[in-house]
Amino acid sequence: MTRYLLSVLFGLLLLPLNAAATLRVFSCEPEWSSLVTELAGEHADVFTATTAQQDPHYIQARPSLIAQMRRADLVVCTGAELEIGWLPVLMARGGNPRVKPGTDGYFEAANFVTMLGVPQHLDRAEGDIHPRGNPHIQLDPHNIERIAPALSDRLAKLDPANAADYGKRLEDFRQRWQAAMQRWETQGASLRGMPIVVHHESWAYLNRWLGLNQIGTLEPKPGVPPSSSHLAELLETLKATPAKAVIRAPYQDPRASEWLSKQVPGLVMIEMPFTVGGNAQATDLFGLFDSSIALLKGAQP
Amino acid sequence: MSPGVKACIAVLALSLPVGVRAASADELADIRRQMETLQQQYEARLKQLETRLEQAEALARQNQNELSEVKTAPPVAAATPYPEPAETGTPAAGNAFNPALSVVLQGSVNSYSENPDNYALPGFQLGDEGGLANQGLTLDETEVTASANVDPLFYGQTTLSLSNQSNGGTDISIEEAFVDPTMLPAGLDGRFGRFYSDVGYLNRFHSHAWDFHDAPLAYQAFLNKQYGDDGMRLAWVAPTDTYLMIGGETFAGNNFPAGSSNRVFGDVQSLFVNVGGDVGVSNAWLAGLSGLRVNAHDRQTDVPGNTSDTFNGDSNLLLGDFVWKWAPNGNATQRNFKFQTEYFYRDESGDIAVDNAGNSGMMDYNGNQWGWYAQGVYQFMAHWRAGLRYDRLGADNNLKVTSLGGFPDNRSVINASGLDNNGHDPQRYTAMLDWSPSEFSRLRLQYDRDESLINRIDNEWSLQYIMSLGTHGAHEF
Repeated sequence: MTRYLLSVLFGLLLLPLNAAATLRVFSCEPEWSSLVTELAGEHADVFTATTAQQDPHYIQARPSLIAQMRRADLVVCTGAELEIGWLPVLMARGGNPRVKPGTDGYFEAANFVTMLGVPQHLDRAEGDIHPRGNPHIQLDPHNIERIAPALSDRLAKLDPANAADYGKRLEDFRQRWQAAMQRWETQGASLRGMPIVVHHESWAYLNRWLGLNQIGTLEPKPGVPPSSSHLAELLETLKATPAKAVIRAPYQDPRASEWLSKQVPGLVMIEMPFTVGGNAQATDLFGLFDSSIALLKGAQP
Repeated sequence: MSPGVKACIAVLALSLPVGVRAASADELADIRRQMETLQQQYEARLKQLETRLEQAEALARQNQNELSEVKTAPPVAAATPYPEPAETGTPAAGNAFNPALSVVLQGSVNSYSENPDNYALPGFQLGDEGGLANQGLTLDETEVTASANVDPLFYGQTTLSLSNQSNGGTDISIEEAFVDPTMLPAGLDGRFGRFYSDVGYLNRFHSHAWDFHDAPLAYQAFLNKQYGDDGMRLAWVAPTDTYLMIGGETFAGNNFPAGSSNRVFGDVQSLFVNVGGDVGVSNAWLAGLSGLRVNAHDRQTDVPGNTSDTFNGDSNLLLGDFVWKWAPNGNATQRNFKFQTEYFYRDESGDIAVDNAGNSGMMDYNGNQWGWYAQGVYQFMAHWRAGLRYDRLGADNNLKVTSLGGFPDNRSVINASGLDNNGHDPQRYTAMLDWSPSEFSRLRLQYDRDESLINRIDNEWSLQYIMSLGTHGAHEF
């Protein structure tokens, strides 16, 4: 009996080794799942830990996520402490040394872009600030362009048998991405200088790319919910400097932007997709930017 | 300051003016000249610093202008130069490898309608932590946690706890101090040192992460609020979509429900199985079954009325736990709900020495005890939560007095032991409301209607704060 149990246990231990025909990728956010799918195709089996309807700062370290972490060959996350409240628990409980930070199995996208909004001094009195800068890096397609080759290299390193294919896919993706960027930048030219109000500092990279003019935020400080006194102040600012749109991510409470758009005539409320899956059009990274630009242009007269 | 140092200072102070008076005019002129040179040197240095500061300010202004330019009107046609990302990571310095530090400040004000000194759970012998929080304004535990990777193979973490002692002093205890091997393969997970056992659900959480100010009655009664000890753990996570974790621990057995350690590899062993998963995108659950086998040697417990009991024997505990969490679309920031319940069953057998006012009776003891609680906590809007909890305990203890040791009769020995519940099952109703302005702060108001004592209802109110400083912690499910 004991011998039988032992052999079953031993067999279970060996299971993941036998099953590793394709790379199992644990992706923290949907944008990286889309990028991995572009770069790896059928070579990767991608699990996405969060959806566009969830705030990536606040995710429960659910048992199902630990189970996925346990079997991952590669973990792809934004990094820059975006996942600090939950990823360390998954790492500690997952018992998978192949994906620990510092190994080839752990990929942090933020390491490959120039961060915006790196705070001058660190004080939690300033709200929920990130020491390494604003982590919402996915909304500038130039960042995606920078991250793609690094991610492709990593895939090839983990799965050398298919290295040539990863190279081919990267080249193909680059061509399509650059063509798309050109298209978006032509379409988005009229958005330059467009005054907007945002819910949370989630749009720094989009603002910089499209040249949007951010007049204010609904949150008085990052992570602090909109207060009536702050909204009243914002209303005064908008009287002097009118904005065209108030934008927010799908996971952010719509009430403050609804209220503001009712107070200010001509202020359009937009629920941006924010990431892949954020609306019906944003089915992949291409759709994400197609939809974002279309929505912003829709707010223009 | 020692008297010697004081005397030295006094002598110096007295001798100083005398020394100055004794200096000649030449010496004075010399001193003046030296002072002037010094002054000139300082002025030059100050000027240098001022220019440097101005330069820095100008640079900062320039940077800011550049930033606002980027914000308002950068060229859209991809002409923006994308600088190469700077080398990430900070330059090496003496303190660059400091461990991650966090401090949790906790305090409360508590009021009880019954005298807290009489607190007991009839049918149970309580450990030293099994009672109520201090009455009035009080600091609860202050926790200091440091953690870091030791090297490529090990991770270490320690939590020191500072708390009030009943005699007015401060008690510093090592709550946890453990090492995790980080490179164990194939889903294996190890730990050694001092740590909280993985039995049950709530046991592994530090008190600042609890949803109520106090521990469930069952935790007070069976685990002295929380069971941690010096030991080793090995656990394994199965490579399945449904979370399955199996593990075991061995502990020295120096803490309640054990007594003082008697075996090389410990008097306490645990086994646990946890299973969990998701139901759709909005629901997640975790269920667990665990056992704690204890061989207790000289376990000391106190019963109100200056009685102390010493237990020797076996104490075997079985726990079942279940947690269900709901959040619309899995987004817990606005609204979410958490249901949690645990069931405890214990079988104890051995002998008990009952000491009271110089009398020392002996009993044969064979007890079955059970307890459970269920609680629900609902976050009805961002930063605000309300919760309800119900607790219940029961005991069926078989007591046979073998020696009176000065007690007048069997009944008085049994009464002094606190193990006879006279058919009364302790129960408690709790309600709480808390406000967390950020992830790092929480204020909580709580009411307990505690029916633990026979024919007594204790109305307990507490107002509590929990403040976290330093490193951003990550919490378990």
